[in-house]
Amino acid sequence: MDNNNIVISKNDLLENANRLHDEKYRLVQICATRVGENVLLDYSFGRDYEFVNLKCEIGQNDEIMSISRVFPPAFLYENEMHDLYGIKILHMTTDYEGSFYRTAVKNPFFPLKEG
Amino acid sequence: MSRRSIVPFGPQHPVLPEPIHLDLVLEDERVVEAIPSIGFVHRGLEKLVEKREYTEYVYVAERICGICSFQHGSGYCQAVEAIMNVEIPPRAEFLRTIWAELSRMHSHLLWLGLLADAFGFESLFMQCWRLRERVLDIFEMTTGGRVIFSVCKVGGVRRDISSDDMKRIITVLDTIVADLKDFERVFFDNNTVKSRLCGVGVLSKEKILELGAVGPVARGSGIKLDMRKLGYAAYDKIPQVEPIIETAGDCYARCLVRLRELYQSVEIIKAAASTMPEGEISVKVTGNPNGEFFSRVEQPRGEASYYVRGNGTKFLERFRVRTPTFANLGALLATLPGCDLADVPMLVLTIDPCISCTER
Repeated sequence: MDNNNIVISKNDLLENANRLHDEKYRLVQICATRVGENVLLDYSFGRDYEFVNLKCEIGQNDEIMSISRVFPPAFLYENEMHDLYGIKILHMTTDYEGSFYRTAVKNPFFPLKEG
Repeated sequence: MSRRSIVPFGPQHPVLPEPIHLDLVLEDERVVEAIPSIGFVHRGLEKLVEKREYTEYVYVAERICGICSFQHGSGYCQAVEAIMNVEIPPRAEFLRTIWAELSRMHSHLLWLGLLADAFGFESLFMQCWRLRERVLDIFEMTTGGRVIFSVCKVGGVRRDISSDDMKRIITVLDTIVADLKDFERVFFDNNTVKSRLCGVGVLSKEKILELGAVGPVARGSGIKLDMRKLGYAAYDKIPQVEPIIETAGDCYARCLVRLRELYQSVEIIKAAASTMPEGEISVKVTGNPNGEFFSRVEQPRGEASYYVRGNGTKFLERFRVRTPTFANLGALLATLPGCDLADVPMLVLTIDPCISCTER
């Protein structure tokens, strides 16, 4: 069970998503991980039993493009990342604007610094 | 001219044992749009991984869901074991396979009962759950627990199954198969059942691929995808692991896939029981995980992925589960536009939603 990790920059995300879509991959999941003061994003795709994982590190205040126009279910994962980590995602097909999860505190997985 | 209205569906509804909400935009009785709302009971279990030692966290992972509890535990252990290069004993692999298939049977029987209940077939509901009780009895006999049985650990399993108990299990499974054959005709041949399921909520193979749906939802549309083919646990040693598919893509096809998978699970358990080697059931694990890994398993509801990231300490940095229900939400939303309001409960049920998993 190999994890085929490919490191990309946030500017190459859409291009890579489009390429994988053209190559008939499906979206498996998107996940965020706090790494120090940055966030590591994992975009996982599958084709039959193959697995490809795009890794992209961004700053907490960086903005990234949504891939929901390429992979429609991505809006669910993107809203989740926004609500739990405060990641700003542009052009989601459905944007819940922070109300996807009803959490007691804002961005519970990566609270924003004061000021 | 049709009249447009919005009907709230859930979070409390007779077919929903757990809270999910859909705003159904209707034109007369026909759904034209559905807007989901989840997050009513988000538990933050993934965050808890920072506060529990990686060996203890198995207990938390198992509590993500009461139905596929075992697979959550084994999926987590599998990811940690991959990071730490731990090879579990062959007997433990077979035991994990047996409990995983019993969990699949318990989940599918539970689902078939819920489906029967949703279309008002109370006696069929009770028959399905009567069979499910026998599976829970096997869990109790082999582990001491009926739902969450905490038998998986990093490095193997905590309990063994004796050859006498294995014989008893096979006998019980044979009675389940006999009873299942008796009432499967109600699902396969009954006109009332067919009228509620056939041609309802059709998803094409292409649509399923676009939506990234998994499990019986995908296989009901002809997608030959079953993560057991990856060969984790002892699945690489068992020839019966071939994806069961139907091609109609409707609620009936998804139902048939689950019914047929019940028989397949029995075959897998019998094959595992007959080839299970003797030996240890766990290995001693030393050190702490340092690295990251995505592990994938086939839960009753479909592919689940587990991401684990360790930093060399006893506390993990990140644990992330993508549950099959989360992956199938897109498919659910795609089936709703164009359907009748009366069919919405069937459509919601046939993705076999587990909100407990989704709200991990």
